[in-house]
Amino acid sequence: MAVNKQSAAESQAMTGNEALAEAMRQINPDVVAAYPITPATEIVQIFSSFHADGLVDTELVLVESEHSAMSAVIGASAAGARAMTATSSQGLALMHEMLYIASGSRYPIVMPVVNRALSAPLNIHCDHSDTMGSRDAGWVQIYSENAQEGYDNVIQAIRIAEHNEVQVPVMVMIDGFIISHGMENVFTLDDQTVRSFIGPFKPRFPLLDVDNPVSVGPVDFTDFYFEHKRQHHEAMVKVKPVILEIAEEYAKISGRKYGLFEEYMLDDAEVAVVVISSAAGTTRYVVDKLRRAGVKAGMLKLRVFRPFPAEELAEALQHVKAIAVMDRADSLSAQGGPLFAELRSALFDLPKRPLTTNYIYGLGGRDVPVADIESVFNDLLTTVSTGVAGPKVRFLGVRE
Amino acid sequence: MSAEIKQQSMPIKAGAGWKEIPWGGVIPQGGTARAFNVGGWRSEKPVWNREKCINCMMCWLYCPDMAIMVEDGKVAGVDYDHCKGCGICSSVCPPRVKAFEMVPEHE
Amino acid sequence: MTVQPLTVEREELATSGASSEFIEIRWHGRGGQGAKTAALLMGEAASGAGKYVQAFPEYGPERMGAPVVAYNRISDGPIMLHCGIENPRFVAVLDISLANQVDFAAGIPEGGALLLNTSLTPAQAREKLNITNKSIRVYTVDASLISKETIGLPIPNTPMLGALNRVAGLLELEPLLASVRSKLQKKFRNKPEVIDGNVEAVKRAYLEVQGE
Repeated sequence: MAVNKQSAAESQAMTGNEALAEAMRQINPDVVAAYPITPATEIVQIFSSFHADGLVDTELVLVESEHSAMSAVIGASAAGARAMTATSSQGLALMHEMLYIASGSRYPIVMPVVNRALSAPLNIHCDHSDTMGSRDAGWVQIYSENAQEGYDNVIQAIRIAEHNEVQVPVMVMIDGFIISHGMENVFTLDDQTVRSFIGPFKPRFPLLDVDNPVSVGPVDFTDFYFEHKRQHHEAMVKVKPVILEIAEEYAKISGRKYGLFEEYMLDDAEVAVVVISSAAGTTRYVVDKLRRAGVKAGMLKLRVFRPFPAEELAEALQHVKAIAVMDRADSLSAQGGPLFAELRSALFDLPKRPLTTNYIYGLGGRDVPVADIESVFNDLLTTVSTGVAGPKVRFLGVRE
Repeated sequence: MSAEIKQQSMPIKAGAGWKEIPWGGVIPQGGTARAFNVGGWRSEKPVWNREKCINCMMCWLYCPDMAIMVEDGKVAGVDYDHCKGCGICSSVCPPRVKAFEMVPEHE
Repeated sequence: MTVQPLTVEREELATSGASSEFIEIRWHGRGGQGAKTAALLMGEAASGAGKYVQAFPEYGPERMGAPVVAYNRISDGPIMLHCGIENPRFVAVLDISLANQVDFAAGIPEGGALLLNTSLTPAQAREKLNITNKSIRVYTVDASLISKETIGLPIPNTPMLGALNRVAGLLELEPLLASVRSKLQKKFRNKPEVIDGNVEAVKRAYLEVQGE
């Protein structure tokens, strides 16, 4: 969790959705197109009241589906606009086709996504199955632990997406309901600081620049498609240092510093939990408790899932004896969740690999109480004492 | 315009490597169809007869490939680099005029 | 104005078995009565007075009249936990007619407190609701009456905010009123009567809440 040096009296009590809408107001995008979906609806609903009150200069386009929302944002971006939308779950799934159009065309769109389980069965609560399903869509994916991180990440995402060496869309996640509808203290920046941080949008080839006509979306068969994907790959390689460079700059204006991930009590940790988003807060609380009891427990909270910071993760975790990888989504590969698969692969080249176990947890908004995280650390301590990792994939908080 | 973006504006050459082409498939030039010769697609070609033509411009209006050449507001001939030989010019030419004759390409 | 604290000392609470780093609150009401809003107001008021806060409802099908639960965590330092609240030290009930369906005292640790919106005294309420656990303190305030007399509508959540702050020993009266006033001023710029009525409701409930 990025630490604030300010006192709480300087903060505002805001829900996660309010914090993201506030960030969007300060960014003042040229175009916002959206379609409502629980629990992300409020973001654009609040933004639309800013629009009605004349607080933004945005062209607000209310469309008939998320597929259309992403299509409209793509069109706006091609025209040369700084364009945003927001969605969740089924909405993101409906956008799926257009996610690839946005990223493949290299449009620097920024989209807050409120994580929610995918149907069926119907559920509106938090898990990460929606954005994990979009993990290979060529977008940068940044996950936020709380409302503060959501706010900070959306502002930084504009710079990351529009960076000259990147030009790739970015989705910024917060956990549905737990963060989107939960009120917390949020330290916001003033409008001028945000606007000078993000700067004006400089589109690469705006269609509205009629003096310099271009063609977009051409047929790209066997002759060039592969080359364009190779470029996209290169952009994702370049994203990592760009994210760190922008985080450094953001720390100067906010006092809050971000990385590709956060290491908490990890330097001398013997057991560690790797986790994404809001459950990291509860994990940090348990780590503190265990440390007071003399247990060398640590946590790694992943912020950037795409691109996947494999080398950096291996470096940070190489000394840990046993690691629990927490997935709030089951990839249904019968081999555990997506984070587990990628993290295990990242550790593969280490001369001495930590023992790893996967925990699928919190699906459909199932609460993750302190006792559950404590039980994970207990399992890890057993693994260390016996030298055996036990079952590779486990389920936390599911009824047998 | 930054150096990075300028580099992205260079013309696209056949067989160019991934570092030499603009990102995202954008073609940063206008009128690129002009450079694409489709004349070889023809099996029949329209042969225009200046004597018969009344300059009603129906062929110019209907030609899907803008292959009817015009000078001073009058038809000046067929651009065989871009004519695909579809025959639309010949079928829209008024029956009593018949300024176009479709001729097999090999003759 | 000096007002006697109604709550036990912080140190005493810290030994009650529940976590001592923050205060946890649970709100009970019916859909439409403003339990969620009460939790949000509590969060806003406490953050305005320099506290770290969380306020979150328990979401389900949203129906007028159905039981609704909302929560707060309040602390002097940043709050990391993002899980549900099982052992709230304070429980505030906007509508005691929910007693047939809801166990208000569920999970309250020893030394915790139950604040009820009712015209009954704490002793009468304890008997009527059959709260046998003597380690839970019972407080009452007629928040519905106060809201009718000050705001003109039976919306008990703002007075309950005043009573709860006194019971929980959270904010003192003056900073609480200042914080509520400044939050309401942002929302009701053109309706000063709404602001004054609500501030008066908070104040009256703060002063009128009774303990055993």
